[in-house]
Amino acid sequence: MVVAESKNGTAFTKVWPDARSALDGIVRDGMLLAIGGFGLCGVPEALILALRESGVRNLTIASNNAGVDQWGIGMLLQTRQVKKMISSYVGENNEFERQYLHGELEVEFAPQGTLAERMRAGGAGIPGFYTRTGVGTLIAEGKEHKEFDGVTYILERGIQADLALVKAWKADRLGNLVYRRTARNFNPNAATCGKVTVAEVEVLVEPGELDPDEIHTPGIFVHRVVHNPNAEKRIEKITTREA
Amino acid sequence: MPWTRNQLAERAARELKDGFYVNLGIGIPTLVANYIPRGITVTLQSENGLLGMGPFPLPDEVDADLINAGKQTVTFVPGASTFSSADSFAMIRGGHIDLAILGAMQVSEHGDLANWMIPGKRVKGMGGAMDLVSGVQRVIVVMEHVAQDGSAKLLGECTLPLTGTRVVNRVITDLCVMDVTATGFEVIELADGVTRQQLAEKTEVSVRFNDALMERA
Repeated sequence: MVVAESKNGTAFTKVWPDARSALDGIVRDGMLLAIGGFGLCGVPEALILALRESGVRNLTIASNNAGVDQWGIGMLLQTRQVKKMISSYVGENNEFERQYLHGELEVEFAPQGTLAERMRAGGAGIPGFYTRTGVGTLIAEGKEHKEFDGVTYILERGIQADLALVKAWKADRLGNLVYRRTARNFNPNAATCGKVTVAEVEVLVEPGELDPDEIHTPGIFVHRVVHNPNAEKRIEKITTREA
Repeated sequence: MPWTRNQLAERAARELKDGFYVNLGIGIPTLVANYIPRGITVTLQSENGLLGMGPFPLPDEVDADLINAGKQTVTFVPGASTFSSADSFAMIRGGHIDLAILGAMQVSEHGDLANWMIPGKRVKGMGGAMDLVSGVQRVIVVMEHVAQDGSAKLLGECTLPLTGTRVVNRVITDLCVMDVTATGFEVIELADGVTRQQLAEKTEVSVRFNDALMERA
């Protein structure tokens, strides 16, 4: 495995010992982050805790949701580390509402598909794209309008984040990622749009153990990997049916 | 008698056609899945990245990694697939989903929809609603005919911030079914026992009754 060997014979690896060390030297005040997850599903929980412990402030975070009061991005709100959220839905979070109503927290609402595409585009080197989504609504205000084939579209900007934090199910030490079920959600899109991307994974394997055809995010997009085999994976709404 | 929530869902389920890919919103639209007519196969899309959504899991099947867009735990049906949010909205924005059934605060006679924000009240965000209404082939709103405070939900122009303009094709309320046409609302069906006069009394905006209904008593 030539690619995975360094010249001195030690195996090349993107794996860091823990979440705290993985964020060392790459977080700073005022940075723009993209964070994967939908609700509490597929959130990089250990990396968010490490971000909280790092104490960095004035963060702008592009993430579909803002977690709940006691978990996920909600924990960064409690410590007042977030200046602005770029999100599509921010219910289920009282501290969020309090800070927002008191003008302590900025919010840029982005339609869910527009937010995902902004990450995808930013990661693909596309600075903006036109979409019908939101035409004629509040979110179209101040944005360029353009007509194609008789239909009006608005211009939305790609997002290039200073740092992306994502959660995957499996990774190898080259950063190739496989997601599980709907915990995939925004993670592949966020992974591509980070100038630096850190992935938290439940299962860590050796290069070659993942079939190339099953890899969702090729390792080129991922710079650091943290193994967290004991993720809590909290569930927001447990709904079941009777046997 | 006005339709109950379950009857509304059952009526909305009659809009489903064999082979449809469908996105169901939160609330009454979610109940539509319980009334899919026999002999019809529809595939439910959940915009967080799931095609082929099944019922809630048995207690021992609960999986934190498998939820719907309402953040409820769900299951797969055979043939299900999962994908990223960008791919999910490529399906939606790209017009690949046949039908979206969703709730609303207000619908105008032009098909404008308001369902995400009440100024001065807690703003939670639009989620995927703006993408869905502007991208899906056909949009059907299922809602109460009149708001709980008695105010009209069917209007000449929406007064609340919009989710989309000229996006709604059909509205199913507890009193009737109506289409959004180039000349406003056209009532095509009344709930059992609801008369044209009763409907007119409960509807602020002027509506037309289609010919078949005009002939009925």
